Amino acid sequence: MDLPSLAEFLQQIINGISRGSVYALIALGYTMVYGIIELINFAHGDIFMLGTFTALTFVAVFGIDSRNSALQDPIALIVVLLLTFVVTMTVTGLLGVLIERFAYRPLRNAPKLAPLISALGVSYILQNVGQVWKGPSNITFPDIIPETFIRIPIGEQFLLIRWKAVIIFSISIAFMILLTFFVQRTKLGKAMRATAQDKTTAQLMGININRTIALTFFIGAALAGAGAILYGMFIKGVQFTIGFVIGLKAFTAAVLGGIGNIPGAMLGGFVIGMVEAMSDTFLETRWTQAVVFAVLILILVFRPSGLLGQRVAEKV
Amino acid sequence: MQRTANSPQTAGSGSLFPAPKKASRSSMIVAGVLSVFLLLLPVPQLLSEAGIVRLPIRFDQAFLNAAADTAAFTLLALGLNIVVGYAGLLDLGYAAFFAIGTYSYAILASSLFDLHVPFWIMLIVSGIITALFGVVFGAPTLRLRGDYLAIVTLGFGEIVPIFILNLDQLTGGTNGIAGVDKPAIGSIIIGANNDNISFYYLGLLLIALVVFIINRLRDSRMGRAWMAIREDELAAATMGINTTTAKLWAFGLGAALSGFAGTFYGSHLGFASPGQFSFSQSVLILCMVILGGMGNLWGVMLGAVVIYLLQTVVLIQFPTWISNLAKDTDLDFLVNFNQNVRLTDYTFFIYGIILVLFMLFRPEGLISSRRRKLELHPESEKISDQERQDLYDVRETNQSDTDVKGSQP
Repeated sequence: MDLPSLAEFLQQIINGISRGSVYALIALGYTMVYGIIELINFAHGDIFMLGTFTALTFVAVFGIDSRNSALQDPIALIVVLLLTFVVTMTVTGLLGVLIERFAYRPLRNAPKLAPLISALGVSYILQNVGQVWKGPSNITFPDIIPETFIRIPIGEQFLLIRWKAVIIFSISIAFMILLTFFVQRTKLGKAMRATAQDKTTAQLMGININRTIALTFFIGAALAGAGAILYGMFIKGVQFTIGFVIGLKAFTAAVLGGIGNIPGAMLGGFVIGMVEAMSDTFLETRWTQAVVFAVLILILVFRPSGLLGQRVAEKV
Repeated sequence: MQRTANSPQTAGSGSLFPAPKKASRSSMIVAGVLSVFLLLLPVPQLLSEAGIVRLPIRFDQAFLNAAADTAAFTLLALGLNIVVGYAGLLDLGYAAFFAIGTYSYAILASSLFDLHVPFWIMLIVSGIITALFGVVFGAPTLRLRGDYLAIVTLGFGEIVPIFILNLDQLTGGTNGIAGVDKPAIGSIIIGANNDNISFYYLGLLLIALVVFIINRLRDSRMGRAWMAIREDELAAATMGINTTTAKLWAFGLGAALSGFAGTFYGSHLGFASPGQFSFSQSVLILCMVILGGMGNLWGVMLGAVVIYLLQTVVLIQFPTWISNLAKDTDLDFLVNFNQNVRLTDYTFFIYGIILVLFMLFRPEGLISSRRRKLELHPESEKISDQERQDLYDVRETNQSDTDVKGSQP
């Protein structure tokens, strides 16, 4: 194998970061839900999938589809993009709240396996909804933003950066900063942290834990909706089955960064994206999935608390 | 007090396979009736093949085929029950061991490398191979707790099918391995000419054997150690149980059973393909254990039968039944419903709804172990004070034994 040139290497890092941005946004939802009720929300990936479908349906209202993409007027473009984010995130957010209310809340005091199976059931339901809604085949997501590149010369080669990658990266970073601010600085965020630490005590302090948990699900699912739009714009092919694998990778990212840890989830997302990109180029594509999960297992065996997580003493 | 009175001679021996507690009269009757029913299940088909009776419903080879596969999944559910139900270790990648078991048999007993190791030897060999994989994988990971273990096993469950797919020299890649041997006794080949009945009986035999072993294992020192770990790992360790060893045993034995099941399944199907062992397969087996009632052998077996038939027969046939019903009865709403809704599109929807509703209304499963029922419904009137007492002070008479030997598991 030839050694990769510097340009190739940098190119893959950039690809990895942009792919990782999407994982990162979805990972935030996993990490928040796990942080507050210790549930691996298997339905989260499918909420993401329905998010891509919602965005697809919504932009079609403005005549954007796979044949007729990219609005020419920049102001119209920004307005439509903003509206798409608002609508998709609201829809997925409400879906998340609905699922929590009917499938998880009644099981909050049941043994751990019960909500897990319930989550798997919800995942099957959502996949079926997606299949009936958009059919079983692969759909091409339209270019909402026109495809343009930044070219940076390195030696004799060029580094190609898609403008979309820049946008995706900045949007996901913006969301993470907003979320960190919300959790660390606002009263509701404080309530969330208190509930995660000890539900009973939080309740005694006058926190409405039902509302706090619902809010957590709303934010997590809404971020999955945002991730869905970015995924659609960047990777394009969407299908009713994508939720599972993407969800699993995002979950890997959440664990990698230290579950329950917001910056950790972002970092994990970027790392997973980069591992994938590297493995795609320097190994064979067919091994990529195995590499990702091998990284997951190694991290858990040698550093179970994740990259940024802190070792917590076991509650007895 | 029946149970406590029985225990000194039984569990007191301290051997790996103590005699099980005397079963109550009613459960003996249930087991008897059930065994007779299961043994006689293929009889209608035999009679109709011989031309003696005409069957009103289609009770054909396809049904017996499903019954034989159900037997394989029952074995799997029994194996996972050791890991999840007894030792309380959540394994989300159990299908990986199933895959290893099936492929071990398919590689060593097919024309791929022209190796034709007999089925009966392979039952043991696949069991040993999967157990080795279980121990090698379990040794570094089993110290992880709860959900982390679940995630690691999930990762393992994803990696194994990828390896099977990519190591095409060994496994045939996407094509899988065809022409896997059928079991044979002397010159008689079981399941020749797609005869599912003998496979069905072979499955029953294997299940009976496994149930016998597990039943004894449960009351052994190891079995009690598993349950102690499930209830409270820290307390169990403090009581001198070597939790790592006990967990490894649970993992290894669970894996060995999947090797068993895989051999049976591979020989029945006649081929092995990488698509059979996905995450949804692991979920399917886990659902069998939990919906059936984890920790309870009868429950787990019932769960396996119900879920497997639900997924492969009921949900598939359901649309046909509705449309037949609509034709026969001519009820307006049924006819309209049948015309407007294509039910085949909604099978997973229905499956998901069943899972969720089940967890909401009966989280302990169809037939639950009493301890679990007590955990979930502490105020239930059906549990008498005496039983409550029994559950928590198991075998007081046995204490001296545990005290002496408990420190060296």
